[in-house]
Amino acid sequence: MPDWGYQIHKDRQIDFDRNDRRLAQYIRKYEPTFKLCISCGACTATCSTGNLTEFYNIRRLNILLMRGEIDEIWSQISKCMFCGKCELVCPRGVSTRKVILLMKEGIQKIKENEQI
Amino acid sequence: MKKKVVVIGAGVAGIEAAAHLALMGYDVTILEKGERIGGHVLQWDRLFPTQRPASEIQDYLNQQIRNPNIRLIAQTCLIKNERNNEQFNLELSDGNVLTADAILVSTGFDLFDARIKEEYGYGIYDNVITSCDLEALFSSEKPITNAQGEPPSRVGFIHCVGSRDEKVGNTYCSQVCCVTAVKQAIEVREKLPRSEVFCFYMDMRMFGLRFEELYKESQEKWGVNFIRGRLSEASENLDGSILIKVEDTLAGRPLKMRVGLLVLMVGFVPSKGTLTIGKLLGLDFTPDGFLKPADEYIDGNSSNIPGIYLSGTCKAPKTIPDTLTDGRAAALAISEYLASTS
Repeated sequence: MPDWGYQIHKDRQIDFDRNDRRLAQYIRKYEPTFKLCISCGACTATCSTGNLTEFYNIRRLNILLMRGEIDEIWSQISKCMFCGKCELVCPRGVSTRKVILLMKEGIQKIKENEQI
Repeated sequence: MKKKVVVIGAGVAGIEAAAHLALMGYDVTILEKGERIGGHVLQWDRLFPTQRPASEIQDYLNQQIRNPNIRLIAQTCLIKNERNNEQFNLELSDGNVLTADAILVSTGFDLFDARIKEEYGYGIYDNVITSCDLEALFSSEKPITNAQGEPPSRVGFIHCVGSRDEKVGNTYCSQVCCVTAVKQAIEVREKLPRSEVFCFYMDMRMFGLRFEELYKESQEKWGVNFIRGRLSEASENLDGSILIKVEDTLAGRPLKMRVGLLVLMVGFVPSKGTLTIGKLLGLDFTPDGFLKPADEYIDGNSSNIPGIYLSGTCKAPKTIPDTLTDGRAAALAISEYLASTS
């Protein structure tokens, strides 16, 4: 059969009711400052990783995390160098560095079907 | 002889101005079209940013009006105004005629009629209510339930309903709805600890003292969630829950969510009384339909007509403290005017 090059696009809509929000709950539990993010983007502006590599945006990863969209986080999170500049500039005192660490930990647990 | 001031509207601004004019020794008559004084405060249970009971403000107003120099004429409207040199002859709906040396217009606002924003489903779906309906529910001390009689597991608040929206003809910000949403979101979490609460906003306008702190408290202590995006439409599921669609503008992706109860944060519109009285007295209006002060910067209480003054939310949306301040400012402006006339 000829390949016409058509593909089925993944739905771009965030389906909040279907999404898995366990990771967000896990991070809220172990790093409560996570709840205080107001998406100002100061972390993203100072982030060396974000400035030097494509698609890495810590502000956006926080939002996706809260919405339960973890696939994109998984594909990006390993780029973080844990320099901690994001945490220094945060006006709401979010421990962003700890949040990223917990994201990595939590995703690992979900992938390995562990209870989180 | 004492000079006479007629105040139109016995809401927060009108009563505060009347009280101070009475203290200065003027003969004050307040016209109120309704039965009770206090205006919109009567419809509210608790006030931002400290959850102070609205009844305390009501008590204050009841206290303020107790001055022998103040006469309240309730359930009466102004129907005609004739000017006789520096005096106004005012004909009332009960057939009486008053004379006044100065008039204060404090005719206030109405809440936006959410049915106009038809795509949000107010008046169509049972589980879509307004911030004012929710306040009535708080006042009633009944448990918070949806139309099916169950506590909703998720509650959505929609900011800017009837504000900042050219589609309904209101381009201005109503100022108080953002912080009211935060206050009410906290109260819902307080009363329904197992519920999730989401606020959908375009900008969080936390301009007042302690508003930003309340916003932070709602996140930190009460776990209220905030999603930046304006509701496009709401629709009803078979079980009566409401499906909402927004763009999560910080994720850059469309989002849909089911909520058990949807609360519309209705904004301010100039009241019907403001429009009627403004036209009757020949006052200038702003493009938004509020009454226009002579100078918004340095003379916010004078109107375009000498002897007629403006106060409170007939000019623009305001918080209660700002409305009280504006009432006092109007009293001062009127006393200065009366001192300068014969």
